[in-house]
Amino acid sequence: MTVLLDPTSERSPTVRPRLPRPERLDGLVIGLLDIAKARGDVFLDRLDERLRERGLAVRRYMKPTNTRTAPLPLQQQIATEVNLVIEGLSD
Amino acid sequence: MSTLPQDGLIAIVKRDCPTCVLAAPVLGELARARGLQVYTQDDPSFPETVPERIDDTALNISHRLKIEIVPTLIRLENGREVARTYGWDRGEWERLTGLAGLGSDLPESRPGCGARNIEPGTIERLKVRFNETGLKSRRIELGEDEDEAEAMFARGWSDGLPLVPPTEERVLRMLDGTSRDPQEVIGLVPPALAAATVEKIAINAVMAGCKPEYLPVVLAAVEAVLDESFAMHGVLATTQFAGPVVVVNGAVRRHIGMNAKGNALGQGNRANSSIGRALQLMIRNIGEGRPQEVDRATLGNPGKLGYCFAEDEEGSCWEPLSVERGVKPGVSAVTVFAGFGLQGVVDQKSRTPESLARSMAESLKAIQSVKLAPACDAILVVCPEHERTFRNAGWSKARLYEELYRLCEIPGEELVEGARGIAEGGPASLAGKSVNKFRPGGLLIVRAGGGAGMFSGIIGGWSSGARGSMPVTKEVKR
Repeated sequence: MTVLLDPTSERSPTVRPRLPRPERLDGLVIGLLDIAKARGDVFLDRLDERLRERGLAVRRYMKPTNTRTAPLPLQQQIATEVNLVIEGLSD
Repeated sequence: MSTLPQDGLIAIVKRDCPTCVLAAPVLGELARARGLQVYTQDDPSFPETVPERIDDTALNISHRLKIEIVPTLIRLENGREVARTYGWDRGEWERLTGLAGLGSDLPESRPGCGARNIEPGTIERLKVRFNETGLKSRRIELGEDEDEAEAMFARGWSDGLPLVPPTEERVLRMLDGTSRDPQEVIGLVPPALAAATVEKIAINAVMAGCKPEYLPVVLAAVEAVLDESFAMHGVLATTQFAGPVVVVNGAVRRHIGMNAKGNALGQGNRANSSIGRALQLMIRNIGEGRPQEVDRATLGNPGKLGYCFAEDEEGSCWEPLSVERGVKPGVSAVTVFAGFGLQGVVDQKSRTPESLARSMAESLKAIQSVKLAPACDAILVVCPEHERTFRNAGWSKARLYEELYRLCEIPGEELVEGARGIAEGGPASLAGKSVNKFRPGGLLIVRAGGGAGMFSGIIGGWSSGARGSMPVTKEVKR
């Protein structure tokens, strides 16, 4: 295992904190990411329906395969088009 | 793990040492007669004269005993060392073992060899293993599958280029480059005003690619930019182009192999490139000064990756910049300057000092804006072929300064707002006055560059004087 010495002033934690969850969804664009696992679409279709009922903007995305991380262009596309992402992680 | 006996004789040896090989029969004799235990640093089958050798290839015992030379012979009593000798010396070995007539067919004495545990690279590893580094910085453990270079990018430590991983071993070796205490605080780094300890600076110097012998120059540069009069916070936060430019003088230039000749201000020399980079990484990581955060530069300049070069003192007929600024001749020093990029002074036809000085002055008057004066400080980097013209005419550096200041006097009419069809400029009250492009002491002349080419350079600066940044010179301390 590699151990490095911290070159910084050590005023911030070494682990990058997660972005805070939004307090409200109003006005945000929500991405639904299908990771290409079986029946993920069933779950996401229903979420899509519920979110649109609340008047929220929804965009859909799909990974080519669940066995690999999303291709970089897709990650970049999602990052530039939506404020938050929901994905279904299992069958 | 190997252990040490409470009482008796021990020896530390290695096969790679001719004196150990020479003394091998004696070691065998002592093993039989006195129960000597032999610890081997390199080849566990050595010495064959001793039936049961102890493998110390991990060097743990050698390190604990602080062995410096092999062979070392030690006598222990009640777990404590009471006598030690090293190399082969019959008298010493006889005294220590109480046996007479040892190695009668060997020469009287023979010096030993350096022990493996103190070899560079090994000693640092052993200090880390035994937690003896004294380093205070937070340890960051990378995951098994984490790529070191990517991990450092991800943590925001990089200036955009790959970094050398600052392992404890590398930082320890870096600290060997100075005699200063690793916990000494050189200053507070803006904008965070966090303490720049020698250790933190050494970590950033490792990442920048510095060798240990560059560290004193890096420390002097840090000390200089953190001097109040340099105004480092402003230099960082300005929307202008500036970053610290480091000019190195004195013997240290040659000792660490800096480039003062062809392409001195360009790429390709490790010391030039990494010293300037270490300074910028220190500002980024210790001071938290990052682009688009407190660093508000509109364009910045490529020198903000690092801008450091040496003056060609040997090739110059003038006194070095450091001497001009009060440092004793021969003493190594750095001068930091809040500068940007490089503006060329191309003059291939001037053969008289008068013509060349006028040519240089016209270029100097254009920095920042032809409509602004006094504008900023500047470093004029005079190339060898231009310096030759002044040298042949017998112009001292003082004479060149005098002429350039005189030639940089500008009629106020040319500087007022709107004059020459340019809105930029000073108040109408300048009309009728003469204004100099530079404040007194705001022009610095340095000699550097390759032998061919009549191409000098101007490094323009940021706001200068008491309201801006002043050049600062500091001696390099070992």
